[in-house]
Amino acid sequence: MVDLSVKIGKLRLKNPVMVASGTWGIEYDELTETDLIGAVVLKTITLEERSGNLPPRIAETASGMLNSIGLENKGVEDFIRNKLPAMSGLEAPIVVSIAGDDEKQFSRLARSLSRFARVNALEVNLSCPNIKYGLSEGLIAQDEKATYRVVKAVRAATDLTVIVKLSPNVTDIGKIAKAAEAAGADALSVANTFIAMAVDVDTWKPKLGNVTGGLSGPAIKPLSLRAVWEAAKKTSVPIIGIGGIMNASDAVEFMLCGASAVQVGTANFVNPQTPAEIVKGLEIYMKKRGIKNIKSLIGSLKMG
Amino acid sequence: MKQQKVKILKNEKVAEGFYRMRVASDYFGSQTSPGQFFEVRCSLSTEPLLRRPLGAHRIWQGGIEMLYEVVGKGTSLLSAKRAGEDVDIIGPLGKGFTVSEEGDALLVAGGIGVAPLLALAERINKGADRMSHRKKNIVVIIGAKTRAHVLCEKEFRLLGCEVLVATEDGSKGKKGLATDILKNLLFARRLAERAAIYACGPTAMLKAVADIAKAGRMPCQVSLEERMACGIGVCLGCPVRIKSDVTTAPSAVLYKMVCKDGPVFNAEDIVW
Repeated sequence: MVDLSVKIGKLRLKNPVMVASGTWGIEYDELTETDLIGAVVLKTITLEERSGNLPPRIAETASGMLNSIGLENKGVEDFIRNKLPAMSGLEAPIVVSIAGDDEKQFSRLARSLSRFARVNALEVNLSCPNIKYGLSEGLIAQDEKATYRVVKAVRAATDLTVIVKLSPNVTDIGKIAKAAEAAGADALSVANTFIAMAVDVDTWKPKLGNVTGGLSGPAIKPLSLRAVWEAAKKTSVPIIGIGGIMNASDAVEFMLCGASAVQVGTANFVNPQTPAEIVKGLEIYMKKRGIKNIKSLIGSLKMG
Repeated sequence: MKQQKVKILKNEKVAEGFYRMRVASDYFGSQTSPGQFFEVRCSLSTEPLLRRPLGAHRIWQGGIEMLYEVVGKGTSLLSAKRAGEDVDIIGPLGKGFTVSEEGDALLVAGGIGVAPLLALAERINKGADRMSHRKKNIVVIIGAKTRAHVLCEKEFRLLGCEVLVATEDGSKGKKGLATDILKNLLFARRLAERAAIYACGPTAMLKAVADIAKAGRMPCQVSLEERMACGIGVCLGCPVRIKSDVTTAPSAVLYKMVCKDGPVFNAEDIVW
């Protein structure tokens, strides 16, 4: 038997494979065995309903895709009334992703969600590249002080595990990671999508209605991997590696660079069985090499 | 909805740039209704990454057929697949056409838009047989660029449909657009009172069809196309703007997802 379990804050996951916010919904429960997954992170919710960005919202690029959804969601009340009860049957821990304009909105969301036993952790989305945050000029996760303020407020509002989702669109992700850790983050999700664009050469128009969007998929894996490595060097909280993970070997790379867990995003669209296949693949990888505990992979990159 | 690796029974070129793939699946065959679609994996590599949404073209007990146009890397790879190979398909997806009980049916297709309409015509025919009343009249208008792009004319005729063709260059049928024929047809009042319109094709054509249907007070369903990622309503990547409730929130921007709430919508619900 190999031990695949990992800890993210107070959250004990039976394996390190999670599904990323915005790429998983209860719809997938019909196609896959959700019980095999370590945890699910739900689509980001905000206090009020948001209608999202203008279409087109999706464009395909070389080994990747751009999206500019714009956090379309029906707001926290609808989530509590309609979405959360529909997930009561899930065995996997539920991480709810939240976003707001400023620390007040984030802490209100954290407080209202903490009342529900089925909410097992919060992922604080400071890094959506497709919306305007009120607190800073760019993304909150591009500003150390704004990051600190929001995480501090969320920390004060909840006893749940607080995971902070960072942006790779920064000069030094280590600095932002440290600010989040200092403010009380239990873990860091590294990272969100890369701001990018694509152009239609027939119409001379951007391929996305929002002009720019977030790049995801295998194209960004080496970039995200480096971001995880940088963030892991500067902090001591668990890191969740995200970015183009398609198979178990990708997951191992992220763990060796310092990730305690991984999130599978775009791969769900390509093959909904990917998270479950990664769990099985990790087990095979460990057995082959006589590794008993997956925790021994975390940050074990050999240098020189 | 299921994800299945299914066997390709046939994958043949039906016209330059157009292919028809027939796959075996009792599940897809028994669960699919006209207007629904499938997310087809074209490549096991990451290039292209996303699945391709293809409409059900024919539905029979043992499987389904998909008619598709080769437009890029994904459909090009798909067209190279041979009978006997497996293909990974998720479906059936979305909401299809609702066939009205009474009145004649008017099907308007633009280019590859014939794909879901053949399945619909077959279903309408079957329904009429079951009720053992008179067969519904089905009039099909096919609009295409040139005569080489006119698809399924024979198949529709074999079902007993009246087929009218328009080509942009006049190489077959009437020179002009499918909507020109539609306008003339309605002007000449050649259809029964309660005829319903079902349309699939480019957005500009669908908008024109919607306008004509509105003016003629005819019910009209349109099948929309949009770039998709997940195909099942998770990623929220394929929105279409829907008219908001005039009484409660007249200015609200309301989106529905083409993949889950559609691809078939009532034309009057859409903000064109």
